[in-house]
Amino acid sequence: MSAQHAGRAGQTAERPERKSVFSNDLVERIEKATLRYPDRKAALIPALNMIQRELGYLNRDAVRFVAKQLSIPESEVYGTASFYSLLGWQPTGRHVIHVCHNLSCSLLGAESLIEHLEKKLGVGEGEVTPDGRFSYARIECIGRCDGAPAILIDDDYHGNLTPESIEQVLEQYT
Amino acid sequence: MEKMLFKRIDVPNAADITVAEKHGAYSQVGKAFGIKPEDLVNEVKRSGLRGRGGAGFPAGLKWELCARVPGDVKYLLCNADEGEPGTFKDRFILEQDPHLLIEGMIIAGHAIGAQQGYIYLRAEYPKAAGILEKAIEQAYAKGFLGKNILGKGVKFDLSVHGGAGAYICGEETALIESLEGKRGQPRSRPPFPASSGAWRKPTVINNVETLANIPFIVALGAETYAKIGEESAPGPKLFAVSGAVNNPGGFELPMGTTLREIIYTHAGGIKDGKQLKAVIPGGASTPMLTADHLDVKADFNSLMAAGSMLGSGAVIVMDDTACMVNVTAVLIRFFEHESCGKCTPCREGTGWLYKVYRRILSGEGKPDDVDLLLSICESIRGKCFCPLGEGAIQPVLSSIAHFRSDYEQCVNGRGCGREEQCRKVLH
Ligand SMILES: Cc1cc2nc3c(=O)[nH]c(=O)nc-3n(C[C@H](O)[C@H](O)[C@H](O)COP(=O)(O)O)c2cc1C
Ligand code: SF4
Ligand code: FES
Repeated sequence: MSAQHAGRAGQTAERPERKSVFSNDLVERIEKATLRYPDRKAALIPALNMIQRELGYLNRDAVRFVAKQLSIPESEVYGTASFYSLLGWQPTGRHVIHVCHNLSCSLLGAESLIEHLEKKLGVGEGEVTPDGRFSYARIECIGRCDGAPAILIDDDYHGNLTPESIEQVLEQYT
Repeated sequence: MEKMLFKRIDVPNAADITVAEKHGAYSQVGKAFGIKPEDLVNEVKRSGLRGRGGAGFPAGLKWELCARVPGDVKYLLCNADEGEPGTFKDRFILEQDPHLLIEGMIIAGHAIGAQQGYIYLRAEYPKAAGILEKAIEQAYAKGFLGKNILGKGVKFDLSVHGGAGAYICGEETALIESLEGKRGQPRSRPPFPASSGAWRKPTVINNVETLANIPFIVALGAETYAKIGEESAPGPKLFAVSGAVNNPGGFELPMGTTLREIIYTHAGGIKDGKQLKAVIPGGASTPMLTADHLDVKADFNSLMAAGSMLGSGAVIVMDDTACMVNVTAVLIRFFEHESCGKCTPCREGTGWLYKVYRRILSGEGKPDDVDLLLSICESIRGKCFCPLGEGAIQPVLSSIAHFRSDYEQCVNGRGCGREEQCRKVLH
């Protein structure tokens, strides 16, 4: 669980335009998710994941919206959402880089990779590059230890990275 | 040994149902439906299959406990959280042969009387999510899932439930909480999930690999299956080997293959001609072993006798350049981050441990710090609500037991000359 994220739950500054973000399509997809379970609340994490996919992060409006859709108190939405480290409360870049820093990756150079990446991007963990292109965070084992050191950019894995090859990988993302 | 679990792994596009069926997928569903549920449970019991998620609980016994509870509503959960660092064995099935898992779940559902299944999939596997969704859709279209499977009146619905990044959700009761939309904190047991699990209904939770064995038990029959691998824990076993080896990857081998054979024959030996210093045989929470243990057989009992555990079959190899203080600090950093916070010994204890590692790695360690680490472990041992806390102290205890000199070098004030590198893991 991520204590860092937990503390920030209530204080997001920017508010998205509601209409454009919480589309009818999203409402429909959440509704559809609830049908899979005997209880609507079970669709909570799937719903939060869906919103984060569209918005890049969660905020107060997202919490209100989901609470209403699932007929549960906002406090319960916060309670659950704040537990999970991949649900975030800060704006992210257009592409999110997750660098694994667990053992197999660490043994094969993850820390040097992170150092290089921070230099290259010019930002620290959780920050967005000035052009809005990337944000990065460390992550625990992503189950790609056979390609250590490994990273996840959005939904794609890249492995066997070196400080040189990671630059080529980044170029694929605009 | 002829491959079973990885039979279709090298078949191009086996995630597509037409290809999978051509190579035998779903061929055991009809046969299994012709067997009475209680006989099917008995067959799995007699096969000797033990759970592959870490604890090694006999699968047939777990099924029987659930099947015997009266009631129409039961659930089958597949644990695809695969969060134990170093573990990536289930990934091969999830991404490359999802129909094997689905077939296993259909048969398991029939055996225990569950008409609904969920695959709890970690968020870090987005690729597998898409592949599983599509495979499930195809299985519905072909009549292997739904209200009347193969026209035999059997009902089984299946969906994927994605997590959101929390190692503890691999623990079965935390998984259930998370599935229900809550914080992933473990429940007290009893009641066990078999009698009161998801939405308080009887529930079976099995690992991906455990369920993937089921079609083969049906196909071969319990007697033939039980002859594979080790007598005390039959069957094939998937090993995920990573770290300082030439050929890291996933290997299907008979249960009981020695660590030496796994590392040197299959994973290509130690990288850059170096020597093996340490090996974690079953994922981050299993005690480290040394080069002296290479002839230990990798199965539940043999590894236990050697002072470690089979765990998830995640073999992490360290060469002679690895500093075991650094290695352990990385693992403690993980456990400290992933402690769910429910109980004090684990929540505070992992924090204290990390604090001491921080001090040692920043060059400010004191000679007493090694004993301090041991005494913190004693304050955690046997006092935690779930096995995560107990797992967290294993790397500390085992690295100090086997590599105390590494620690002493760090805390003697003279250092080892690589402090710069070590400090980088402090986060
Ligand atoms: C902290 C913790 C994490 C776990 N993570 C996993 C996991 O990622 N996958 C898994 O199958 N089992 C995991 N387990 C074991 C499960 O609790 C459970 O024993 C297993 O899913 C049962 O399935 P099996 O009998 O088929 O092995 C974990 C246990 C603990 C205590
Ligand atoms: S041992 Fe750790 S993970 Fe388990 S309940 Fe206690 S705090 Fe949570
Ligand atoms: S340790 Fe990095 S992917 Fe497993």
